[in-house]
Amino acid sequence: MKLGAAAALVSSALLLTAACGSDDNSGLPGAVDFSADHIECAPSGSLLASGSSAQANAMEVWVNTYQANCDDSQINYKATGSGAGIQEFLQGRTAFAGSDSLLGDQELADSRAVCRDGGQAIHLPMAAGPIAIGYNLPGVDDLVLDAPTLALIFDSGITRWNDPAIAALNPGADLPDLPITAFHRSDGSGTTDNLTQYLHGSAPEQWPYEPNKNWTGKGGQAADGSSGLVGMVQQNAGAIAYFELSYAHQNGISTVAIDTGAPEPVAVSVENASSAIAAGEVVGTGGDLALELDYATREPGAYPIVLVTYEIICDKGNNPGTLDLTRAFLGYAAGEEGQGALAEIDYAPIPDGIIEQVRDRVAGMS
Amino acid sequence: MGTPATAPRKNTVRLGDRVFSGLSKGSGIALLVIMAAIAVFLTIRAAIAIAHNEGNFLTTFQWDANASPPVFGIAVLLFGTVVSSVIAMTLAVPVAIGIALFISHYAPRRLAGIIGYVVDLLAAVPSIIYGLWGALFLVPHMTGLFDWLDRFFGWTGIFAYDGTPARSLMTVGILLAIMILPIITSVTREVFKQTPKAHEEAALALGATRWEVIRMTVLPFGRSGIISASMLGLGRALGETMAVATVLSPSFLINASLLESGGGTFAQNIASQFKEAGSMGRDALIASGLVLFVLTLLVNGAARLIIARRKEYSGSL
Repeated sequence: MKLGAAAALVSSALLLTAACGSDDNSGLPGAVDFSADHIECAPSGSLLASGSSAQANAMEVWVNTYQANCDDSQINYKATGSGAGIQEFLQGRTAFAGSDSLLGDQELADSRAVCRDGGQAIHLPMAAGPIAIGYNLPGVDDLVLDAPTLALIFDSGITRWNDPAIAALNPGADLPDLPITAFHRSDGSGTTDNLTQYLHGSAPEQWPYEPNKNWTGKGGQAADGSSGLVGMVQQNAGAIAYFELSYAHQNGISTVAIDTGAPEPVAVSVENASSAIAAGEVVGTGGDLALELDYATREPGAYPIVLVTYEIICDKGNNPGTLDLTRAFLGYAAGEEGQGALAEIDYAPIPDGIIEQVRDRVAGMS
Repeated sequence: MGTPATAPRKNTVRLGDRVFSGLSKGSGIALLVIMAAIAVFLTIRAAIAIAHNEGNFLTTFQWDANASPPVFGIAVLLFGTVVSSVIAMTLAVPVAIGIALFISHYAPRRLAGIIGYVVDLLAAVPSIIYGLWGALFLVPHMTGLFDWLDRFFGWTGIFAYDGTPARSLMTVGILLAIMILPIITSVTREVFKQTPKAHEEAALALGATRWEVIRMTVLPFGRSGIISASMLGLGRALGETMAVATVLSPSFLINASLLESGGGTFAQNIASQFKEAGSMGRDALIASGLVLFVLTLLVNGAARLIIARRKEYSGSL
């Protein structure tokens, strides 16, 4: 455990040094197969993109697979963080941006300056990351919490593990009389944004704060990056924090199952995250595919704390020089093979009804 | 050699002289231009952010620079930066002077050489290594000290401790003290070594003990050196980024207690917020950087004033 914490801290610190994102750069688990049966390659060329570090692992697999199957194609995705990626895209320096959050009105207006033929930026949901609630509570292997309890824990309203509210959700569990230390991200993060969207959406009374990339709750402690949070959970008994599912898997951290009101509490998994996205709906207009999740869903097996990560493109393309390659690459990523590769690396594929629209948009770039 | 000089010397301007004077002048001018460029850049970007700020830049306890409208203030950062640096200086300067005196005046020559070498080595450790050591070793081992402080001094409020992981301004201050120790030590050591032998011998001839020699000759002579060395250390403490970001648990609140987590520093906040910052967020971070820039200038200016005033008493040249 100690060693794991050390490794997590080291990697978080090194990432900080490089001033690049640390949402999900912990490397790919094991050997990932980069072969693909059928990719429609574009003519050779090179492509620059940047943005969300939460989709960095997915991008790494997609880029490597595409390059392994299409000769002379060079795709470079820099995980600079969503904010920096959007800036670069709006300056016309990249073909597309990866982002965990939707563009604001001003940014949408700005995109008209770089998009061709009077087009503008649209969001394409490309992958989803289940956000696990990890905890360190010796002797408690299964823990169930619901949105109000979770909100109170992260807002310092519930401060001990044997609180009646937690005990009521976990009959039979031997909850220790231990103080709860809730950890959150000290850096701005799409993961925080999505967690607080869930808390605000499903327990607005207990979590009255507007969703935000920066932490707005009261109390608790902060650490840098998902790997920093992993280190803290491993170091401190009584700790609870949130990070992408891959971090929980790679570090063997216990995760909370969510009582959504469904007959059974829902554990965090790739399948359950996909089900929750299927319960959401497209709210974008004019070809935009921005999603709105139903955080109060009671659908059996739908895990509601999900980060949807988008590619932001111009609906009619931005640079004729890279258009073909962008279309081919994103077409592969949104295709069956691209989406099929996601579950192995702890991302949830986008459900059929939505991903088909994504494919249409990509094919329609001209 | 033996040949009489044919031309008057002062009129000969050699090419080498010209090139060298041009190069050194150029370096001096380049430095000024770079400093001015940094100041202008920081000021312009900061002005943009501050003009849009809905909060009070100096008093708001919040950092929401990417929101529309943006709301941010540097109160917490200024407090955290100053407090952690003051803690570091309080701990490091006396110890550094002690080590330097030991090396220059007490230790046997061979031992002094080894210790001096080790101290110089410490100065070469990158700050991220200090940060990792701080997070993995120092933080878990601070609990005992903090409990003790809480038991005996908790009533002051400044040393109240709630038992949460010790990732507070106090821990940061202690870590910074260790980080700035080598630079203060090596500069003061060099200054102490410069004490004129005649002064020391005069004091000895008057029957002074070794401590009195140091008090009467070495310390007064080295005073301006100690101040400059401390300012070098303070500069490092004020701007330290990585170690603080790795150890501190930041929040936009000012705690009465130095032992409880929370607070933040300018450099740490920039490192944490930069990745997800939009254009307004970046300008706001630059505005906070400008404050750090000004703070450092003020500190250095104050140090120069003190040194200039002390010079006449110290007998240094």
